[in-house]
Amino acid sequence: MDLSPIWLTLKLAGITTLILLFVGLPFAWWLSRGRSLFKIIIEAIITMPLVLPPSVLGFYLLLAFSPRHGLGKWLQEVFDVQFVFSFQGLVLASVIYSIPFMVGPVKSALQQLPPALAEASYTLGKTEWQTFRYVLLPNIKPSLLTAAVLTFAHTLGEFGVVLMIGGSIPGVTRVASIAVYDAVEQRDYAMANNYSLILFAITFILVIAVFVFNKYQAKSPLA
Amino acid sequence: MINIMIEKRLKAYHGQQVLRVNRQFATGSITKIYGPSGSGKTTFLKIIAGLITPEKGIIRVDAVSWFNAGAKINVPAQKRNTGFVFQQYALFPNMTVRQHLEYATTNEAWIKKLLLLGKLDTLQEHKPDYLSGGQQQRLAILRTLATKPQILLMDEPFSALDAKMKTELITELKVLLKEQGTTTLIVSHNPHELDGWADGELVFE
Repeated sequence: MDLSPIWLTLKLAGITTLILLFVGLPFAWWLSRGRSLFKIIIEAIITMPLVLPPSVLGFYLLLAFSPRHGLGKWLQEVFDVQFVFSFQGLVLASVIYSIPFMVGPVKSALQQLPPALAEASYTLGKTEWQTFRYVLLPNIKPSLLTAAVLTFAHTLGEFGVVLMIGGSIPGVTRVASIAVYDAVEQRDYAMANNYSLILFAITFILVIAVFVFNKYQAKSPLA
Repeated sequence: MINIMIEKRLKAYHGQQVLRVNRQFATGSITKIYGPSGSGKTTFLKIIAGLITPEKGIIRVDAVSWFNAGAKINVPAQKRNTGFVFQQYALFPNMTVRQHLEYATTNEAWIKKLLLLGKLDTLQEHKPDYLSGGQQQRLAILRTLATKPQILLMDEPFSALDAKMKTELITELKVLLKEQGTTTLIVSHNPHELDGWADGELVFE
């Protein structure tokens, strides 16, 4: 059995989660502070992947990063980077596709912290960054873990976006969900079952782990 | 000398109400503030700390302008060197007693002195969840003192302390605040709580 789609999927999910931890956290923090029309619009945009059919998102990403015109052409000419039918393209698409899973839970958790925590830190002379790093972030650990695991698991399950922007190049863009689809198309149900079972087991273990970790919080990780 | 002349709209249950304060506080003085709930006592302390911005007015500390609505001056809370004891303590659940103080100051001798002052030296490694209400309140006070603030703003700081502990702590605080010349404003629901300690009072209506 060719395990490369499984490894590729895990690599994609790991890199996506890592990037979203760095990008999503400051973003969630910014969104959690006050409301403005601009923030509402930005929040709506990053929530779109939750409601849009993945194929629609994939289609627009394919158009945007096509090396024949516009942004894709510019990226290709200036940086020699191609996002279509490449692993980096999958990473970019996954980051966009999974961003609400990281930003949503973290933003809610930050908003639920009493404002006095940050205020107490400010009166101790601490900057907003120090306050975020040493006071706010450590106090939303369960939500942070939930967000990271949901992001990881969601990326494992990607199909439509990945198929549109990455296709099915073995070892490059052929992730496990695509491999299942290919196997079914070739009527190789045993192979499809192998990949499906592995994906099922990994995601099930992840979700169980979050439930166990959050047991003392007495709430569902999806709440 | 702190010179305050501010105006701030308050959201009240029955329509809007305006908080107006025009008052000077001498350096090193201790003022008790009391008045009914919702009269703006906490808001007033937060305005001084820079956590809430008034619509109009000025706040001047000695020769330095902390706030001036006309001149668009508003020194951020981090630069005001005020200490704030929150009514709900606002302790950091992730930090131990010692870490709270280390977060505020690097002065080890001062941390030791504060731990003794608040009688928390045997509970240094405890997190707030494992402290009693009175211990939490003492920690909130110690954390505030750790930065040696120029102005100390305390919102119901002794409400969870028993009579003996309160008397002991106030006796020690008197000496400490005098030594450091700290100007102190204390909100209290009990007008007699600070009798014999406060130099003046400010009544909100």
